Amino acid sequence: MSLLTCENAALAYDGRTVISGLDFSVEQGDLLCITGENGAGKSTLIKGLLGLLKPKSGRIYTGDGLKHTEIGYLPQQNKLQHDFPASVGEVVLSGCLNSIGHRPFFSKAEKQRAMENMKRLGIASIAKSCYGELSGGQQRRVLLARALSATHRLILLDEPAAGLDPIATAELYRIVFDLNHTGGITVIMVSHDIPTAAAMAKHMLHLGNGGIFYGTPEEYKRSSTGMAFLGGGA
Amino acid sequence: MIESISAMFSYSFMLRALTVGVLVSVCAALLGVSLVLKRYSMIGDGLSHVGFGALAVAAVTGTAELAAAIPVVVAAAVLLLRISENSKIKGDGAIALISTGSLALGVMVISMTSGVNTDIMNYLFGSILAMSDSDTVISAVLCIGVLIAFLMFYNRMFAVTFDEGFARATGSPAGTYNTLLACLTAVIIVLGMRMMGALLISSLIIFPPLTAMRLCRTFRGTVICSGILSGVCFVLGMFISFFCSTPTGASVVAVNIFAFALFSLIAWVKVCRAKAALS
Repeated sequence: MSLLTCENAALAYDGRTVISGLDFSVEQGDLLCITGENGAGKSTLIKGLLGLLKPKSGRIYTGDGLKHTEIGYLPQQNKLQHDFPASVGEVVLSGCLNSIGHRPFFSKAEKQRAMENMKRLGIASIAKSCYGELSGGQQRRVLLARALSATHRLILLDEPAAGLDPIATAELYRIVFDLNHTGGITVIMVSHDIPTAAAMAKHMLHLGNGGIFYGTPEEYKRSSTGMAFLGGGA
Repeated sequence: MIESISAMFSYSFMLRALTVGVLVSVCAALLGVSLVLKRYSMIGDGLSHVGFGALAVAAVTGTAELAAAIPVVVAAAVLLLRISENSKIKGDGAIALISTGSLALGVMVISMTSGVNTDIMNYLFGSILAMSDSDTVISAVLCIGVLIAFLMFYNRMFAVTFDEGFARATGSPAGTYNTLLACLTAVIIVLGMRMMGALLISSLIIFPPLTAMRLCRTFRGTVICSGILSGVCFVLGMFISFFCSTPTGASVVAVNIFAFALFSLIAWVKVCRAKAALS
């Protein structure tokens, strides 16, 4: 059974229908890259996938025992003030909040999960450092670890490489790729970087003013949208 | 010295003021960390002005001050929060409208009925004599309630303060926690404002967190440091007020200013040392 399914879903923002006819599903182990022009409704789609926005028509639903609140999420840009006092450990642990229910404090198991995720992303040694003082690439790793603490199955990354230098970008994509390939984590990633997305993804979803494309990267490269965005078969 | 301190505590109003003052200061400082980081400091200031208006009307109409003011200020807190979240109608301007409006209303009501200027002065700048025995008990109980609520929601408060978008996305009712934060703040402001004064109470919310942030790099460290600092500053302020015959509220703020300067200096020295070690 699919982890997440869109069934002929239409999403509206401010009363205006932004996307319609969404028909795709995300299977366990998938790596779906969502690309598209500015204003094509990527952010609206993310809200819909996270369950923060009800579809105007059609359905978006989770399956295989996954709850909407169990989708690990990496927000696009954090407009966080530079001097926010928070340690890496505190940030990663806050990802476990969706599993504590009505308990006021985190259990040992949750603290351990946060620690494991920090180790997985190579940030365990800076657990006590201040988040705001890290480099952009390290901050993304921390937020990725937080996203993983919120889920063990599906993470949704909203332009994870935005604002990073080329080296940090490549490093981040490698981490995401590893999480998917060797870690078995299902990934949905929104990206402007279409060539990289096409190289990494198992499926592509392109939102355009001309319509929606959904298929494998090979199909995408052969499609007219893919041709236009990849400069004729990159 | 010891004699004068024991003389100070021989006054029962001093003991009452110290008990409630320390509790209120600690609560205000704990809540203040989230308020300052979420850029809600203005809400604290706005609420104190609404509180002034509410207390004035309660005093004039003869209703129990705390019982009348707390619900009004809590309602105002929910309203101000809504306004500041809705940027379409110029949140800061709307907060200023409500706060100055309440202030003006309070002054009008007091001057029309009693016409005594010391009343207005006491409300604006605080009076240590304001606490009756029953007020002390109510205040202490409410403060302890706020402390417990803060502890129980500490992890959720952190998540909502650090990244509200993520908290919402993973299923936390962030709006509820924001409302809770505003309501707890409203209660603390009403409890503290008669001692600190409507114009000075928001300093208890803003100074200790900002001072703690000069040196602390973790959220928990900041919260703990802010709470302890606030309590210590209040006690020192009370001493100064007693021995120099200065108003309590202003004295407490003066100690807070000193602490802020001291922490900033230490932070500056630390940065300089780190730079020197690098070069």
